[in-house]
Amino acid sequence: MTMIFGIPVQALMGQLLVGLINGSFYALLSLGLAVIFGLLRVINFAHGAQYMMGAFAALLLLTVGGVNYWLALILAPVIVGLFGAVVERTMLSRLYKLDHLYGLLFTFGLALAIEGTFRYFYGASGMPYAAPAALTGAVNLGFMFLPIYRGWVVVASLIVCLAVWFMIEKTKLGAYLRAATENPTLVQSFGINVPLLLTLTYALGAGLAAFAGVLAAPVYQVSPLMGSNLIIIVFAVVVVGGMGSILGAIITGYMLGVVEGLTKVFYPEASNIVIFVIMAIVLILRPAGLFGKDA
Amino acid sequence: MAGKSEPIASEHIAIHPKAGQIQLVLLAVIGAALLLAPQFLYPIFLMKLLAFGLFAAAFNLLLGYTGLLSFGHATFFGGAAYFTAHAVKVWGWPPEAGILLGVLGAAALGLVMGAIAIRRQGIYFAMITLALSQMFFFFCLQAGFTHGEDGIQSVPRGTLFGIFNLSDTMTMYYFVLAVFVIGLLIIWRFVNSPFGMILKSIRENEQRAISLGYSVSRYKLGAFVMSAALAGLAGGVKALIFQFATLTDVSWQMSGEVILMTLLGGIGTLAGPVVGAGLVVTLQNYLATSDFPVTIITGVVFMVCVLVFRRGLIGEFFASRLGRRLGFRSES
Repeated sequence: MTMIFGIPVQALMGQLLVGLINGSFYALLSLGLAVIFGLLRVINFAHGAQYMMGAFAALLLLTVGGVNYWLALILAPVIVGLFGAVVERTMLSRLYKLDHLYGLLFTFGLALAIEGTFRYFYGASGMPYAAPAALTGAVNLGFMFLPIYRGWVVVASLIVCLAVWFMIEKTKLGAYLRAATENPTLVQSFGINVPLLLTLTYALGAGLAAFAGVLAAPVYQVSPLMGSNLIIIVFAVVVVGGMGSILGAIITGYMLGVVEGLTKVFYPEASNIVIFVIMAIVLILRPAGLFGKDA
Repeated sequence: MAGKSEPIASEHIAIHPKAGQIQLVLLAVIGAALLLAPQFLYPIFLMKLLAFGLFAAAFNLLLGYTGLLSFGHATFFGGAAYFTAHAVKVWGWPPEAGILLGVLGAAALGLVMGAIAIRRQGIYFAMITLALSQMFFFFCLQAGFTHGEDGIQSVPRGTLFGIFNLSDTMTMYYFVLAVFVIGLLIIWRFVNSPFGMILKSIRENEQRAISLGYSVSRYKLGAFVMSAALAGLAGGVKALIFQFATLTDVSWQMSGEVILMTLLGGIGTLAGPVVGAGLVVTLQNYLATSDFPVTIITGVVFMVCVLVFRRGLIGEFFASRLGRRLGFRSES
């Protein structure tokens, strides 16, 4: 058997893949957080809950409505995005003029309420969601077996991340978004509906979280608490990357996922905390984050 | 943080000429009620209330008077509970030494977490404290002395100063009450000291405090360590009250709970967090027997507080006509 640094290549590649998959979720979620924060100046604590809602939406669409995976991949983000839009319009928008900490506290309460409600109706244990038939099985890459679904997760999240990046950096709508981030009053005076832009942005962020949730449903079990620990890791990812840059959030997400995966191979005891340790080191050496501009 | 957004109405209300005396009478009534309470209410419940009241007041020292929102205070509360429980049970230390170890341990953790977290401000500060406290949670999950999921159980209460046998519930109650009163006095003294005044000036205008020559990060760190140490005092006492220390005390849910207590009672008031803790603890006790999950209520109360009730109960009272006539004012 081939060995690298005294570790069998199969094990190394396996963990690298697990790291890439976790990294895909970190990237999608931290991207959504960064987009919302950029315009709304709100740290969306409910992001983990919205990820969970995406997975549940896929599960319920399948079991109740018989809707298949591919349709759910589109429908679930739309449903959760609409929910996000309603929350933003009716409640969150009242908090913009206050200290930003109130936005964090509000979405924290929202996350507790959502997770508590799902737990009340569906219990705390996980429920399986089968991957679509087209994506089951594995291919032999010569040096390892690649389960097709896991490969799909990495590819799908990469495509969506790049699409969002393109939308924000290269399109007219994205230009409005970026302009409103810099100076909302001025943009509004040009006749652009900034409140609508804010609602759309929150819905987009929530939808991205839900998309990650649908992708995650076949990999992990669908459970009401699947997002609550994940969101704390994503916060650390966001602190490491610095929220100033969309591309920075994406790159940091994948990078930290891979680092976490490798830690599982070389020093498993530390795999739970390695991202937090990296966060502490980055804060000491470069407080603004790897891609951040403002301290 | 409430100060910037909601200035108290500017209409002038004369303070009642005997406001000071009325405040003292109120204080005496509350004191007498606390002394007599265990005759009427379940002592363990009262002790839990006092411990969480002190915890919330310690947290408010940071949020209400320095404007820093820590999302990681469970680390100090739960960490101290582990230290005290371990020292008393495994090393056979007397309770006063065990609690002292808890306080010092929490202060040390606060020094490390504070030194890292104050490098960023506002929302980032909250996220960093949350992440670091989650790291401490995983440490406690894996470290040997905490016994993982089981926690440290059947911790003996011991004999205080070799005289007072704390296994007696009434003796324990009055000990907890004494710690609670001392803790609140320390906070009151600290807030009204020159150090506390500088903290308030940092909260109001950090740039100006810097230009006046204050080393802002040193003051912030000092407040953070002080708040951590007092949260540790509450945690150490809590370990002796319930005679166990578990992972629940270091989880992020606990950090969220203490924020809710403070928000509900009133940020920036001495009594607010204590009242908020009383409400939350009572609610949990009440719901413990039903199968309705507490988190839904907690979450909704959180949302309502943030949306329409940012001053909290005591804050609203202080801002009301009656409260202002009695000479009360909120600090934020």
